[in-house]
Amino acid sequence: MDAVARLVREEGTRVLATLIRVTGNVDLAQDATQDAVVRALETWPRDGTPDNPRAWLLVTAKRRAVDVIRREARRAGKEAAAMDWTTDPQDESAETIHDDLLRLVFTCCHPALSLEAQVALALRTLGGLSTGEVARGLLVPEATMAKRLTRAKQKIRQAAIPYRVPEPAELPSRLSGVAATVYLIFNEGYAAGGGAALVRTELAAEAIRLGRLLAELMPDEPTVLGLLALMLLQNARRDARVGPSGDLILLPDQDRSRWNPGAIKEGVQLIGVALRRTPDRPDSYVVQAAIAACHALAPSYAETSWESVVSWYDVLLSVNDTPVVRFEPRGGDQ
Amino acid sequence: MPLYVALTYTRDVDWTAPEQAGDLQGYEDFAKSAAAVIRGGQALYPTATATTVRVSGGKGGDVVTSDGPYAETKEALTGFYLLECADLDEAVKMSAGLPAAWDGAVEVRPVIQFPA
Repeated sequence: MDAVARLVREEGTRVLATLIRVTGNVDLAQDATQDAVVRALETWPRDGTPDNPRAWLLVTAKRRAVDVIRREARRAGKEAAAMDWTTDPQDESAETIHDDLLRLVFTCCHPALSLEAQVALALRTLGGLSTGEVARGLLVPEATMAKRLTRAKQKIRQAAIPYRVPEPAELPSRLSGVAATVYLIFNEGYAAGGGAALVRTELAAEAIRLGRLLAELMPDEPTVLGLLALMLLQNARRDARVGPSGDLILLPDQDRSRWNPGAIKEGVQLIGVALRRTPDRPDSYVVQAAIAACHALAPSYAETSWESVVSWYDVLLSVNDTPVVRFEPRGGDQ
Repeated sequence: MPLYVALTYTRDVDWTAPEQAGDLQGYEDFAKSAAAVIRGGQALYPTATATTVRVSGGKGGDVVTSDGPYAETKEALTGFYLLECADLDEAVKMSAGLPAAWDGAVEVRPVIQFPA
């Protein structure tokens, strides 16, 4: 992806988040943003990138949305409602854009939506993937995915799922829902392995991108930091997990020089920050990341500090007492 | 403002029976605490009183009735409330105060408000 495409994609997500709030309609906002993105990709490489790319995209997308609303009102023989939101895009402060993105995160991962709808919506709106890309990534026919996305957006509109950040009291449970959705996306890609189509393994990178976005939006939340750390540490071993013929190589046999030292370092640092936030009761993602770090930092399988691994598993049991944890093999297999 | 119907699914109870007075009190408490958003609602007689109506052969055809509810389920539709709430989050929060939420389940559905 070239620099312009990356910039357009990143800013497109922010523009979409704002436009959903302004129009109150996910579909309309998505079409209008898509239109602006296409125009940007056509004109920017030719005429140069505007000074304020986000403002350019937002103005273009808003104009498009207004056009659509007017046209539909005319078709219905009605006067379009007064729209005063076409004015100055500079009004959208950094704080507003930050909040709009958070609203989008929590709306996409609303517990009233099925988990598969959440995953699809997050990839489509926050990740900026096309419906076809989401479908291929999740191994679902494109028509099925299109229907799933339409149904989810319909439910948001018709059941009036709010576009807002949850109250502090409900934040922890809502946040763990968001983390679960992103981690599911990561595992879809990570578990796909080497032989799988690129679009599928790309989901791991996509989940890390979403994790970074969450960490940028909520830099003080241990859940978010732990999730990002866990994904980085697991993904650091990715190249060493697969042999030349696409077969899975287990942890003891992996060539550790092929692990990504930059990702490991970043993951370990994130764990440190997260642990300092809540030293008494670490978040479950932080603990899982710490276990991954024990493996990532060991020079060889024989030199793994099993004592640390076991004590982190004990912590995990105390913060997250589920049968799955209790039966997890303590050696770790990948 | 959005309008929701909260359908209560519980044991197939007869609300008029004296032994239901205790359970009924829970709903009266709910009605008091949620008075600001309740726009209507009723309790229903048990499913044994239900009659399912079908017309065979299209409109104007024979009216065929059968004894009992449309769907036989373990938990029965025993009542409903009409709630006017700001959004789904509020509707869910209010519905979680219905005894049916812990004695059975509450289905929350948005109501279509056709333009007058």
